[in-house]
Amino acid sequence: MIKLERINKTYYSGAPLHVLKGIDLHIGKGELVSIMGASGSGKSTLLNILGILDNYDTGNYYLNDVLIKNLGETRAAHFRNKLIGFIFQSFNLINFKNAMENVALPLYYRKVGRKTRNRMAVEYLDRLGLKDWAHHMPNELSGGQKQRVAIARALISKPQIILADEPTGALDSKTSAEVIQILRDVNREGMTMIIVTHESGIANLTDKIIRLRDGVIERIDDNSGHDASRFNPDNIK
Amino acid sequence: MISLLYEILNTIRRNKMRTFLTGFAVAWGIFMLIVLLGAGNGLKNGFAANWGSRLINVVQIWGGRTNIPYAGFQAGRRINLDDRDLRFTSTDFPGEVNFVVGNVGIGSRNISCGTEYIASDISGVSPQMMSIEGLKIDRGRFVNELDIREKRKTIVISRRAADVLFKQKPAIGRHVNLNGIIYTVVGVYYIDDRQDATGSYIPLTTAQVIYNKGIGVSNLAFTLGTTIDSEETNTDFTNRYKARFARLHQIAPSDNAIWYWNRFSNYLQMSKAGNFINIAVWVIGIFTLISGIVGVSNIMLITVRERTREFGIRKAIGASPGKILRLVVTESIIITAAFGYAGLVCGVGVTELLANSVFTGGDRGGRESISIFVNPTVDLNVAIQATVLLIVAGTLAGFFPALKAVRIKTIEALNSR
Repeated sequence: MIKLERINKTYYSGAPLHVLKGIDLHIGKGELVSIMGASGSGKSTLLNILGILDNYDTGNYYLNDVLIKNLGETRAAHFRNKLIGFIFQSFNLINFKNAMENVALPLYYRKVGRKTRNRMAVEYLDRLGLKDWAHHMPNELSGGQKQRVAIARALISKPQIILADEPTGALDSKTSAEVIQILRDVNREGMTMIIVTHESGIANLTDKIIRLRDGVIERIDDNSGHDASRFNPDNIK
Repeated sequence: MISLLYEILNTIRRNKMRTFLTGFAVAWGIFMLIVLLGAGNGLKNGFAANWGSRLINVVQIWGGRTNIPYAGFQAGRRINLDDRDLRFTSTDFPGEVNFVVGNVGIGSRNISCGTEYIASDISGVSPQMMSIEGLKIDRGRFVNELDIREKRKTIVISRRAADVLFKQKPAIGRHVNLNGIIYTVVGVYYIDDRQDATGSYIPLTTAQVIYNKGIGVSNLAFTLGTTIDSEETNTDFTNRYKARFARLHQIAPSDNAIWYWNRFSNYLQMSKAGNFINIAVWVIGIFTLISGIVGVSNIMLITVRERTREFGIRKAIGASPGKILRLVVTESIIITAAFGYAGLVCGVGVTELLANSVFTGGDRGGRESISIFVNPTVDLNVAIQATVLLIVAGTLAGFFPALKAVRIKTIEALNSR
């Protein structure tokens, strides 16, 4: 599904900053993976590259066996629309559109008719228990509700992978648990999911933990037993 | 495309304030431009209307008295005009003088018919007087060459006089009594903007014979040729004409012994003022338009900046830069076109209101009405061109900031506040 070969990325604002230093990574279909690392470890950059929001300098990135390299903005947008669903820490809902319209937006860029996409949007909101809020504006929703709207929006285009950047970062612990549960449920239906987080509690709920440190993959933990607690002696250096 | 329009309508509906501010700048610019141009046109048309149908290139001369002793004559000598003046005027300035007419003023007399009478200024005139004074024939005809040659006792009276003397009955062919002499009415005239004109016209030769003028005329009028078209040529001609006149009547060259009145000089001044108003109005109008454009650009700049994050979100979920650009540009076209049209309608409405208001003289009769504003409206083409210009400007004003916003990397746009 996802194959990264010796990905390098350097930022050139001011002093050159070598953020990713030869990342090799393979993520299979239907996996639930988390990327962990301290701030500055390159995890957000990695996610942006995976999400085709940013270019990389050298190496190869295959998504669904398609080489994603040096794409123009238009092609990149096309791939994002077709293959990737995003969930952001700050939800990134459009504040002058109601929940339904926000969810329906990816379909607009797929030239799906207005009635069809609104109907589908309500269906997806229903799946996430937000049917009654379909016509509410984002500022009338709680954080957890907003994130569920964002999840519905990520799902509606039936992407190949879902990339979640600190999906619980702006939520309290109870809501966080709910949101993570939803993501796990979605994954259980076969959706490949990559979650960037710095909360080990969240990471512990994923099947595989990729630990980044200073732009290299320090370690990949198999966490199928969900026992990657920081108190697990194996995880303490 | 319909989908795009829906998307835009949705955006506009949810961002009323922003839409209104953008639109207001456009509507106001167009509105002010049209009202200004309309007012300017009204002033200009007012000037033109006050000329009425009179010819503009007319010179009239009356005799006067000398002020300076010359060639053995004392000062204070009366200068009378006669046939000799008519002759030299028509022969000595080929190309510059078109036709010359003499005119005998008889003064105010009572014209009566039965028991009805009206006081009227009587002039003996040539046929050309009609166009010089801008008279229009209501019924019958004006004084003609045959009248002149045969010294007929015919008279052309004003509509007002015809109303008084004959009421609703036909006037042509009727006889009127002018101080004991019977004249036949051959025509009734009117003047567009002078409903109260009461003067009457009889043939020049008739007047000369009956009222003891001999070959004399009280004034002469002539029209200027097309070679006299500017202030310079006009002044030059005036000087040469006066010199020629002074030689004939043996008047000192520096003596202003005749009354020389040139309607063309007045016209030049008026049209100069008209042009000035025109330029001033356009300059103000264009600056208004520019301020409208700047207003639109400003708001679009801020709007696009405000929407950078939204564009980032749209791009993340699959909008290509081209699609976002199209969204912004179409939106700004729709807003500027709609509000531009509104401004256009309001502006035209106000000028029409002005056109029918108390400021305009129009044809309400009564005393001689001098119109300040006549038809203060704008050529619709100009109005539409201005609107289109503002729409184009509004579109460009939206396009360039949008282009900049779209070029921001998606990930940076997403993180912008």
